[in-house]
Amino acid sequence: MAEIVIRNLRKEFGAFTAVKGSSFTIRDGEFFMLLGPSGCGKTTTLRMIAGLELPTSGEILIDGEDVSQRPASQRDIAMVFQMFALYPHMNVRKNIAYPLVSQGVPKPEVQRKVAEVAKILRIDHMLDKPVGGLSGGDRQRVALGRAIVRNPKAFMMDEPLGALDAEFREIMAEELRALHDRMHATTVYVTHDQLEAMQMGDKIVVMNHGVVEQFGTPQDIYDHPATLFVADFIGSPAMNFLRFDGTAAAGSEIVTLGDTLIPLPQLQEPASGQLVLGVRPEHVALSDSAPFKGRIEATEYLGTTQIVTLSTPFGLVKARTPSTTPAKAGDLTGLHLNAPRLALFDATTGRAFRTAANAGVHHG
Amino acid sequence: MSAYSVTEPSKTSKWAAALLVTLYTVITLLPLVWIISTSFKTGPDSISYPPKVFFDPTVEGYVNLFTTRTRPAVSELEALPPPEGLMEEIARRQGTIITGPSRFGERFMNSVIIGFGSTALSIILGTLAAYAFSRFKVPLKDDLLFFILSTRMMPPIAVAIPIYLMYRELGLSDTHLGMILLYTAVNISLAVWLLKGFIDEIPREYEEAALIDGYTRFQAFRKVVLPQAATGIASTAIFCLIFAWNEYAFAVLLTSGNAQTAPPFIPTIIGVGGQDWPAVAAGATLFLLPVMIFTILLRKHLLRGITFGAVRK
Ligand SMILES: Nc1ncnc2c1ncn2[C@@H]1O[C@H](COP(=O)(O)OP(=O)(O)O)[C@@H](O)[C@H]1O
Ligand SMILES: [Mg+2]
Repeated sequence: MAEIVIRNLRKEFGAFTAVKGSSFTIRDGEFFMLLGPSGCGKTTTLRMIAGLELPTSGEILIDGEDVSQRPASQRDIAMVFQMFALYPHMNVRKNIAYPLVSQGVPKPEVQRKVAEVAKILRIDHMLDKPVGGLSGGDRQRVALGRAIVRNPKAFMMDEPLGALDAEFREIMAEELRALHDRMHATTVYVTHDQLEAMQMGDKIVVMNHGVVEQFGTPQDIYDHPATLFVADFIGSPAMNFLRFDGTAAAGSEIVTLGDTLIPLPQLQEPASGQLVLGVRPEHVALSDSAPFKGRIEATEYLGTTQIVTLSTPFGLVKARTPSTTPAKAGDLTGLHLNAPRLALFDATTGRAFRTAANAGVHHG
Repeated sequence: MSAYSVTEPSKTSKWAAALLVTLYTVITLLPLVWIISTSFKTGPDSISYPPKVFFDPTVEGYVNLFTTRTRPAVSELEALPPPEGLMEEIARRQGTIITGPSRFGERFMNSVIIGFGSTALSIILGTLAAYAFSRFKVPLKDDLLFFILSTRMMPPIAVAIPIYLMYRELGLSDTHLGMILLYTAVNISLAVWLLKGFIDEIPREYEEAALIDGYTRFQAFRKVVLPQAATGIASTAIFCLIFAWNEYAFAVLLTSGNAQTAPPFIPTIIGVGGQDWPAVAAGATLFLLPVMIFTILLRKHLLRGITFGAVRK
């Protein structure tokens, strides 16, 4: 098992830069998520770590050793591909055994290990089947088997659930996480699904256009997004953005929206110009006594909670409230914003201002 | 797999289809049947009019193909001791005696060596080149690919004279090696282009999985790419063999005593001792066999490739 350190990693394809100087650290045994929209450079980053793509510049350290210019076969990393990439001309057993064969492991040992892995993944009854006829979930298990049989330093997984049906995704997500909890293998997992990243990851790197936007635990990223992009990308419904022009000095605990004073965590740097106040739907409560007013446009019933959409002078706001809260379309009501959970962003740079709440959080 | 409904074709259209297919089969097979049946006829039967559909089969043609004979005077023939062996007997029946083996066996072997040799070489070089073009950044890739294709644009006759002169200087005239190199040079463009198409279709992930699993690039190529390119390699090999096997123009020009292949040899049979059509037909029949057998042997790969794609998509 291993710790992986990425420093200023950069990849250019001709004139196009797919990864623009990423830096982050994957600790030993972590289930690490590379999250971002399609085309942001996640796969490219993963392929550089695995050795399938050589970086234009930057360092990749595995257990303190710079491997960035080494071929894939010398990095002792296993990879699960998006489309699984099982060798179609081999049966399940041969697929799983293949990485061991390259290492010259003696035959009885290969048989033993394949059987062991197959048992863990519950595919021991299909070892002699060709891989062509397997279901998506079983292919996934075979691909996992091929990865874990060798006991590599780390696993790379590129959207491993992307090719599965919704029903299988849930099951496999749980199996993957359970497998990880049992093996404690350093895992780098690529996904564009923020929910998947939040559910499964110990740590998340959020990427956009080849840039690392934020790096931290799921809670940190959800509660204290470092940029507008992250705030918008993570969470469903997304964070509400109230856009306004204003000024606030360092040390201030209040911003002024129109003529309403809104308390927020103490600012640790001055903010002025075009600003964005960010608040998650669950931190908006409906209260007639609150001074910040809005009109109810629609409600969406979700069982225990409901999503109430309100129009305010600063744009639409969604609130997640208990279903028992009375809310009727057309009514005017007050919006209470939960002060400790608010974030303030610079609208031009997209960066979150440092406050008492997010001070300890890593930025990209 | 997606489900979709197909309308069952009507009885009439099924019959019409069957009729068309049968008709087409008959038309394409007729020349083949003609050649093969002629090869089992006697000389007079082969030129009788109307042509005989039913006849007493004989291997006269084959005996004549593989032997050289003389026709002694009738009195001389009667004075000879009784024939020894089937070949001699068949020759006697035509009023001839065998004086020795013909050169057909040798020419046929030349065809086999040159045909299969150049096919193997084209496939080896073509697969490696196609893989490189498909997977690596090759400087001036498109220009190189076009150049390779352009070598095929010149008709053989246009380059025959320079090649003839070149081969004479190099001592490659009328040698097996010379003909293998020449046919490889002609086939390589086809091989590279066809195989590149097939290799492009194989997802890179398979090799990358092997690279990550600890294999070298060449091992990944051999163990993962080659088995999956089998369909493409098989069909390309068939095309290459058909060309090299049937090639006539270069063979006439560049080979004579030593490396002559069957195509320029077979017509010369006609001249030996009258128009011996059964012998010519026997030569043609035997000449057909290798490509046919080769295709049938590789057919398994071709079909597997087709069904593989159908099941997966
Ligand atoms: N081999 C390549 N050549 C040129 N551009 C590439 C190559 N691989 C990826 N890219 C580009 O780099 C960007 C990032 O790709 P990728 O890392 O696959 O994104 P993601 O996995 O986040 O969807 C994309 O715009 C893609 O088109
Ligand atoms: Mg990707």
